Amino acid sequence: MDFISILSIFVLACFVGYYVVWSVTPALHTPLMSVTNAISSVIVVGALIAAAAAGSPSSKWLGLAAVTLASVNIFGGFAVTQRMLSMYKKRERQGDKTHG
Amino acid sequence: MAEAAVAQPAWVLLAYLIAGVCFILALRGLSGPESSRRGNLTGMLGMAIAVGTTLITHIPQLAVPIIIEDVGSYSTDFSTVLEILAAIVIGGGIGLVTARRIQMTAMPQLVAAFHSLVGMAAVLVGAAAYLNPLAFGIAAAGIGKGWTLYAPLSTVSNFPVIFPQSRIEMGLGVAIGAITFSGSVIAFLKLNGNMSGKPILLPLRHVINLGTLIAILGLIAYFTQDQSAWVFFTVVGLSFAIGFLLIIPIGGADMPVVISMLNSYSGWAAAAMGFTLHNSAMIITGALVGSSGAILSYIMCRAMNRSFISVIAGGFGAVSSGGDAAAIDRPYKRGSAEDAAFLMKQADQVIIVPGYGMAVSQAQHALKEMADRLKAEGVRVKYAIHPVAGRMPGHMNVLLAEANVPYDEVFELEDINSEFAQTDVAFVIGANDVTNPAAKTDKSSPIYGMPVLDVEKARTVLFVKRSMGGVGYAGVDNELFYRDNTMMLLADAKKMTEEIVKALG
Repeated sequence: MDFISILSIFVLACFVGYYVVWSVTPALHTPLMSVTNAISSVIVVGALIAAAAAGSPSSKWLGLAAVTLASVNIFGGFAVTQRMLSMYKKRERQGDKTHG
Repeated sequence: MAEAAVAQPAWVLLAYLIAGVCFILALRGLSGPESSRRGNLTGMLGMAIAVGTTLITHIPQLAVPIIIEDVGSYSTDFSTVLEILAAIVIGGGIGLVTARRIQMTAMPQLVAAFHSLVGMAAVLVGAAAYLNPLAFGIAAAGIGKGWTLYAPLSTVSNFPVIFPQSRIEMGLGVAIGAITFSGSVIAFLKLNGNMSGKPILLPLRHVINLGTLIAILGLIAYFTQDQSAWVFFTVVGLSFAIGFLLIIPIGGADMPVVISMLNSYSGWAAAAMGFTLHNSAMIITGALVGSSGAILSYIMCRAMNRSFISVIAGGFGAVSSGGDAAAIDRPYKRGSAEDAAFLMKQADQVIIVPGYGMAVSQAQHALKEMADRLKAEGVRVKYAIHPVAGRMPGHMNVLLAEANVPYDEVFELEDINSEFAQTDVAFVIGANDVTNPAAKTDKSSPIYGMPVLDVEKARTVLFVKRSMGGVGYAGVDNELFYRDNTMMLLADAKKMTEEIVKALG
């Protein structure tokens, strides 16, 4: 891909991000932070390329270290987000004030 | 020359694009609690697609090691699939265990720690790309100066020449990554209590910070002319330093902004690496995360009526205001748990205003118990959340959700503020500055202009606070304590709430 295509994707994604994030309900801002954390670990793609590439042992070890760090984030980030989201519950029966 | 760049097949480009779209849908799902769980699963799917695609396209290289003839120093050492899987299993295991064990009150620290990992991963990937540019398709094999761990600085004369444009992208990527890392480490230490939440002010800090930033940008520009290792690693070193310097002067109450800002940085770091690697999944994600953090920082700043620049400049809450010695002697009404229970039992509507103090004393479960007892008495109970209550955006909502408080009883500032006037009891627990009426009336107050919850309009305000001595994080006294309709409940938040539950019978 040439630079201009990449830049186009980037600029458009910034706009998408802007509108999507404004539509997130404030009650879910903490899960928003943890899930953005998890997805920004897509940087693992670069780490995997480094780890799998032939040519430079130092680069390979840096890649493996980065794979480990990013994996903590991917698994931890999605898991903790899921855990938080599963806690958000609606009132069981609307207007029912006699039961908890 | 450009042919050296890995020409990715169309299906690979498409797969990364699909992964990017999955991430957009994951964030879109967060517009409501119901759709959010499916959104999160879509995010996981996107990550699986991105990782799977990379493995499929890069693992075959392992079977047939490629030896590049004209680059003498290149070794044929390569990772086996097992090593990569081991790295994923180790990292993933640590992540899963942490995610399961972490207490909800510790979420701000966890998020800060996770940010630091993204930052560090970006630095490591950047360094790996610098050391092995051919593998990333960002260099032409040729004559240039380079460096490997096995051959000291500048002795490798036929190191591949990295494309100048990639050098800028790489330089920015590692710089932002390094700032994210060291900044998040400081934020973590402050949030976790390993380091004082008070701002630490160095003399001449603005000059030092600005100078360092200019030096980093200057070096990245110079990096396009000279790809020597010292330029690259000086950029990394200075960026670690600036991340540290930027966060130490920022006080505990400004942490919601800091943590959102670091969230944004981790996104920009991923985007910069995406530019380096020509990877659309990384660019889309980076742009999403970057704008998400930026919007959250903006919301937090607006909720404190402070400019982003003044938060970053730091030092808020460092100076205690002069008049508090006199203020402490002012008369106030003190009540007991029984008084509070009696008042709330008589009420038609009670609005609970939680703050950081509730998180500190883990009072959310006792609070839910109290609300249940009140509801059994026929009292309407609602919760009012200020955007900067707690240490990160949405912190209070998560804690209440953990205590099984239904989310449709929890309201944001602008949705509930008009209701205080028709409310019998406002129950303030662990919040302070966000209820201070001085923000509306006292032009000399440091928090003047900040949107606050109008709790003083309720017929009675019950204010749970550890003692009268302490002031809020902004270092200002709260006028509310001395009002006729305020009753102070001086105790630990959890203990007081439990006593009220007992008194409610």
